[in-house]
Amino acid sequence: MSWIGRSLPRLEDPSLLMGRGRYVADLARGAASVKFVRSPVAAGRILSIDVPDGELVFTAADLDGVKPICPILHRPDYIAVEQPILAKDRVMFCGQALAVVVAEDQGLAEDLAEEVYADIDAEDAIVDMEAALAEGAVAVHAHAPGNVLVEGVLRSPGLDAAFADAAEIVTLDLRSGRQSAMPLEGRGGVAQYDRISGRVTLYASVQMPHMLRTGLADVLQIPEADLRVVAPDVGGGFGQKMSLFPEYVALVWLARKLERDVAWIEDRRENFLASSHSRDQSFHVRGAFAKDGTLLGIDADLKSNVGAFSCYPVTCGVEPLMALAELPGPYKVPEYGVRSRGVTTNTGMMAPYRGVSRPMLTLTMERMMDVAARRLGIDPIEIRRRNLIDSFPHRSPTGLVYDEGSYKEAMDRAVAAIDLTGFRARQKEARAAGRYLGIGFSVFSERTGYGTPAYAARGMNIVPGYEIVSCAMDPSGFVEARIGSSPHGQGLKTALAQLIADELGVEPGKIKVFSGDTDATPYGWGTFASRSMVIAGGACKLAAGKVATRLRSVAAVMMQASEDHIVLEDGLARVTGTNQSLPIPEVARAAYHQSHRFPQSGPGLIENATYDPGGTFSNACHACIVEVDIETGGVKIERFIVAEDAGLLINPMIVDGQIHGGVAQGIANALFEELIYDETGNLLTVSLADYLPPTMAEVPTIEIEHLETVSDATITKAKGVGEGGAIGAPAAIINAMVDALSPFGIEIVRMPATPQYIRKLIREAERDAHG
Amino acid sequence: MKPASFDYIRPGSRAEILAALAAHGDDGKILAGGQSLVAAMNFRLARPEVLIDINGTKDLDYLQPSGDSLAIGALTRHAAFHKPVVDGPLGPLLAKVVRNIAHYPIRQRGTFTGSLAHADPASEWCLVATTLDAEMLIVNAEGERRCRAGDFFKGTFTTAVGAQDLLAEVRLPLLDDGWRSGFYEFSRRAGDFALAMSLAALKLENGRITEARLGVGGVADRAIRLHALENELAGKAPSRELFEDVAASAKAAIKPSEDIHASADYRRDLIRTVVLRALTEAAA
Repeated sequence: MSWIGRSLPRLEDPSLLMGRGRYVADLARGAASVKFVRSPVAAGRILSIDVPDGELVFTAADLDGVKPICPILHRPDYIAVEQPILAKDRVMFCGQALAVVVAEDQGLAEDLAEEVYADIDAEDAIVDMEAALAEGAVAVHAHAPGNVLVEGVLRSPGLDAAFADAAEIVTLDLRSGRQSAMPLEGRGGVAQYDRISGRVTLYASVQMPHMLRTGLADVLQIPEADLRVVAPDVGGGFGQKMSLFPEYVALVWLARKLERDVAWIEDRRENFLASSHSRDQSFHVRGAFAKDGTLLGIDADLKSNVGAFSCYPVTCGVEPLMALAELPGPYKVPEYGVRSRGVTTNTGMMAPYRGVSRPMLTLTMERMMDVAARRLGIDPIEIRRRNLIDSFPHRSPTGLVYDEGSYKEAMDRAVAAIDLTGFRARQKEARAAGRYLGIGFSVFSERTGYGTPAYAARGMNIVPGYEIVSCAMDPSGFVEARIGSSPHGQGLKTALAQLIADELGVEPGKIKVFSGDTDATPYGWGTFASRSMVIAGGACKLAAGKVATRLRSVAAVMMQASEDHIVLEDGLARVTGTNQSLPIPEVARAAYHQSHRFPQSGPGLIENATYDPGGTFSNACHACIVEVDIETGGVKIERFIVAEDAGLLINPMIVDGQIHGGVAQGIANALFEELIYDETGNLLTVSLADYLPPTMAEVPTIEIEHLETVSDATITKAKGVGEGGAIGAPAAIINAMVDALSPFGIEIVRMPATPQYIRKLIREAERDAHG
Repeated sequence: MKPASFDYIRPGSRAEILAALAAHGDDGKILAGGQSLVAAMNFRLARPEVLIDINGTKDLDYLQPSGDSLAIGALTRHAAFHKPVVDGPLGPLLAKVVRNIAHYPIRQRGTFTGSLAHADPASEWCLVATTLDAEMLIVNAEGERRCRAGDFFKGTFTTAVGAQDLLAEVRLPLLDDGWRSGFYEFSRRAGDFALAMSLAALKLENGRITEARLGVGGVADRAIRLHALENELAGKAPSRELFEDVAASAKAAIKPSEDIHASADYRRDLIRTVVLRALTEAAA
């Protein structure tokens, strides 16, 4: 009996659902409260900072020996920038920390923060990319005139010919508003100082505990061994919790300086202001098509607003370089030209957010297909079919290798599930009644589970990718797996337990997975980039397989059988073809306590394994039906279908949950969420009254169909599925809205497509129609 | 996100509330449902030195039809209106409107008169009070006075209630059986503040509108009652054409406010739409 493929209830859930989760704020009791004083202006020179006497208030001047955060990319077009822990000499964005105060409780810390006065000679801020790139624009960083921190350029030799031969050239100018990954739990940390050892333990709401420890040790110039980083229960991350933020450096510094425990728990306003942002992108893309709809080439100018600093460790290259590498997506693009820039401004720092660039890339390609289909008189599904990749392995124009997928099949499944033909009839009737229904599709690939070669190719100074797992069966027959991945809500521990259970023949309830504690787990890269099931899962399978080999060896001696004849299942070590068996706990105990009997395998049942795969592509097609209220500009999503191929499903329920959450964030991207700065660089959206994540009322039932294409790219046969929902949903929604509004001939070119924006397009279309 | 420090008192009677207001009114603030005040305090946008919590004065929580009006006490929660609270068209009208006020948990604590005293331009109850011409009872240690909705709202977060006053009761006129109502609100998400909303009440006799009440909220510094358009409706038979004309006039008559969710142009479009939909529902 296999545990893989079963929708096992999550082992994590009982404690979380009973309110017994332990989040950082639950660990703050007894610690002094830390509050950061933040800049009210986006750009300027710090003339002085007045601090009240006799209180625990610190500024950059106090941080002797603390280095700035400065991630490196080994590319000639990358300009490194230094992010100080507290602003020194200049402020670079509204919300940057100027000082830090410590008081006995949160309220008193906020009182104290109000007594700190910074005299700043404010200067004009560079807020948007057009201003940053304008001729003669002020340099946000003096050593980066032109305000471009990273710039990738590629151009295949036949590109000009492709455009010269084109029957139709589609030009798109698309814009995505800036978003927050907005985890339910903000950032936060509790730094505990141990007076005996001098070590600091930092409990922090993070996705990458080992990386954080390395970063902290480098910046503070202390040995890593003097630090322990623990990620306790973490209330969502979505990429926002994988960077080294100045606040964590300050916390550890304070704990060491004051020799006491200190806690900083971010509030929502602070999270919007000072945590990372994403998706502030502007794409100018041309597509060349032959008369039969064949895509001949793409020429793209892609810009990403990376804000004031570069995120550690993945750098401000993360959005622009992902955009450069993955624009072709699931399509055959014979000729490809691209220029992709990361533009610095006096705004919050860009860092990864679930999907990284691909929501906009998918929107681009999927609008491209719909527009080309309309102009060439080809059915939109048919034009996709003619261009989707269908032989594997497929090599993209940027050298990415796609393993087996089901691009056309997934689209066909979605088309059937949504009843495209029936819908067109219904749409016609509705239009006659003055109602505007539309249907939209979005086909995409999701690159997941990639190891060190992919990151090395990006030129990263710190090259993540592998995972090491330590797996042990203890003398009682229970299993302990220690992983470097750091799940934060995904249910990974359950899925890994299912994998290990199949290797060792024990039930998942006897498998304990430990993560997120640098004292208790092997060095690893945390959880991000849809990697953990593939990579930590692969390492778990390998390590558990090695433990199984040991178990079989011991059992073989105990039952005087050949190792090859021992199978582990249902809690027993059985000799095949006989009725002979031993309970696994008995074998385990013997492996530790009677090891002299097993000279061949040696004592214990402890094994390590490493896995570092090249990567695998999941794929999916999203399809949705919307109704647009043309008088208010409001949109209602009537149906949303996901035909998903994530390879072999370890736990289908968890996969569905990943898709549900991702689609909700895609709906946010398409329709609701936007961080808005005014022209002075002041953030206007600092509460949930103005920054609008969709609620239960705005997220429809999400219907999911699974395909399971198995490739050899991963040893578990599983593909990653953490980001697809967020990647595919915006394009499906926008395509459906454009379809609904086709009587007006409207082209939607920005996200979120808010009611006022849609009304503006309709108003302009009506004005044009009436001359 | 913690408030500046404050003193807290919890009077046990109306007399004690008024005494507390007389003593601390200039630096104090009444805490009823707290759904706007506490958030503002956490942002430190409001910094009362003394919080006068009236939740201990249970006899302020009442709904009392008397004569030709419905009296609503200072502690009556939004949730009290989930079901019709009075015979005749007013009860269902209020039940229809209340569903648009934020979310269920908020409606359990927030109060009707608290909304009026707070005077958020996007408050549904302020629109109801303005459109139906509510009468307010304002009391203080010195005495009491009454004022109509038209004189009560002075602008965003500003009313006729002074620092030492308590808005003790609001009276809404009862509507007889000839009245029909329509309400339409547009907001970004379920429960969000209205970007625009309209309340229409029409008294119909023999296929003609004999009297009309028409208001628009969420579009300016206070709810607006459209007297001139009420007169235009009176005496006419309801029709799509008439309502289109009135909606177009409403759009032309109001200079709308702007914010990040709605430009002036967009709000003008919404004014037409919400008025048209409220009128259409009222006549349906």
